[in-house]
Amino acid sequence: MDTGMLIEKSVLVILLFLISLGVAAYQTYFERKLAAWIQDRVGPDRAGPFGILQPIADGVKMFLKEDFIPAKADKWLFIIGPGISMFTALITSSVIPWGTNLNLFGRDISLQVADFNIGILFVFGVVSIGVYGIMIGGWASNNKYSLYGAIRASSQMISYELAMGISAITIVMLSGSLSLNDIVKSQHGMNWNIFYQPLAFFIFFITSLAELNRAPFDLPECESELIGGYHTEYSSMKLGLYLFSEYTSMFVSAAIMAILFFGGYNFPGMDAFSGNVLAILSIAAFALKIFLFIFVIMWIRWTIPRFRFDQLMHLGWKVLIPAAIVNMLVTGLVIAWNEGWM
Amino acid sequence: MESLTNRKKVVSDKPMTFLEKIYIPAIVGGMMTTMKHMLRPRKTIKYPEETRVFAPVYRGQHVLKRDEQGRENCTACGLCAVACPAEAITMTSAERVKGEEHLYREEKYASSYEINMLRCIFCGLCEEACPKEAIFLTDRIVTTEFERDEFIYAKDKLVEAIDDRIDITKRQFTGKRTDK
Repeated sequence: MDTGMLIEKSVLVILLFLISLGVAAYQTYFERKLAAWIQDRVGPDRAGPFGILQPIADGVKMFLKEDFIPAKADKWLFIIGPGISMFTALITSSVIPWGTNLNLFGRDISLQVADFNIGILFVFGVVSIGVYGIMIGGWASNNKYSLYGAIRASSQMISYELAMGISAITIVMLSGSLSLNDIVKSQHGMNWNIFYQPLAFFIFFITSLAELNRAPFDLPECESELIGGYHTEYSSMKLGLYLFSEYTSMFVSAAIMAILFFGGYNFPGMDAFSGNVLAILSIAAFALKIFLFIFVIMWIRWTIPRFRFDQLMHLGWKVLIPAAIVNMLVTGLVIAWNEGWM
Repeated sequence: MESLTNRKKVVSDKPMTFLEKIYIPAIVGGMMTTMKHMLRPRKTIKYPEETRVFAPVYRGQHVLKRDEQGRENCTACGLCAVACPAEAITMTSAERVKGEEHLYREEKYASSYEINMLRCIFCGLCEEACPKEAIFLTDRIVTTEFERDEFIYAKDKLVEAIDDRIDITKRQFTGKRTDK
């Protein structure tokens, strides 16, 4: 690894870090605006023009609040809980290919921090670690509501990860690679996986909502029954980190969905461009897809009421997992038929 | 049994059909509803920048009027206090002495006059009861305070200043509102 590579990767990492945080901050603003519009309100509009400085005001507020740790709480676990959540949310973005190669200063710069050959497995692995942040936070709080929230979160995530993994396997079967870079390249132009795997996308989307703890699967938080669930006892920037990690994972999972099913940075008519123009257009296309996914996820949150816990388990184990398995088997049969193995 | 009202509803617990069971049509329908709301123009009045247009007959904070020569109209007859359904008005009367003819219009006047704005329901009956055209309700808003006793408005807040008369003509107009 030469010095130029080191610099370009460091710059990319820092940029990604800042962009993830910035996007997460403005997601909170956008979410509040969207909620307001859906409920015939105006939403935050006092801080700056159209309330554009609201996330900054919120951040300052979070920092100025009292940082409270309950007396009977497990202090160390209580502190590292939000840290784990934030860490796992941020680290996933390292394997995402954000665009085609950029040519700067005579170097061909790949817009992907690390091109693992097992990118998608890495994503699933890190997302699974994410539940530890919630579990540890809920356990360390020494509060029954927090513990309920944490237990719900872990059982929900374990159940939905199965269906999520099985529905993603079909994409791996189609592209023949676990690397996110190869998966995106196999969907060149308009050759997106959604046209081959609509059912897999549907299952993946629902399970993503569940993994994100977003409505209608926000049982771990459940303001009305669990008073905030696993972060009941949290305050100040520790609470801020939990909320932030939630929005960051939403950003990342929107990106993952765009990569697996909607062609990542590919867009129709991309062969007409080349070089840096193509790179910038591809980044813009990818950003647009991510934005649309975030919009739909928020739109769903402010439309649908929360599931009951038994309904959630029923949906996960009795509907999504069988559907995903059947989808996988049919895909396998069709691939075998096309390849002439049968 | 025949229903006597039109409010009777027949309930049933028929099992859900397949389309209902997969929720999707209901969810899409709900999302269309929220989208409709999202695109609707906002009706919110952003208060400090724009204020709501009051009806011309709006009943707000009271004023004790003076006549053209700047003399107080009120004679402390107490009819407003009697008419007041909330018992918000109280007053003490006094006799006008020589040299005060430029202050009070008739021989008797209110030496103190208090309205408790927390009790007042702004019904306007005091205005109707007044035989001397002394008390009127205006389109001013009673401001918020931190202490309860600050809501008891005395003459210093109620009587209009000689050089800063309060316009009450809008209240006298009883026809239809013109701003609509």
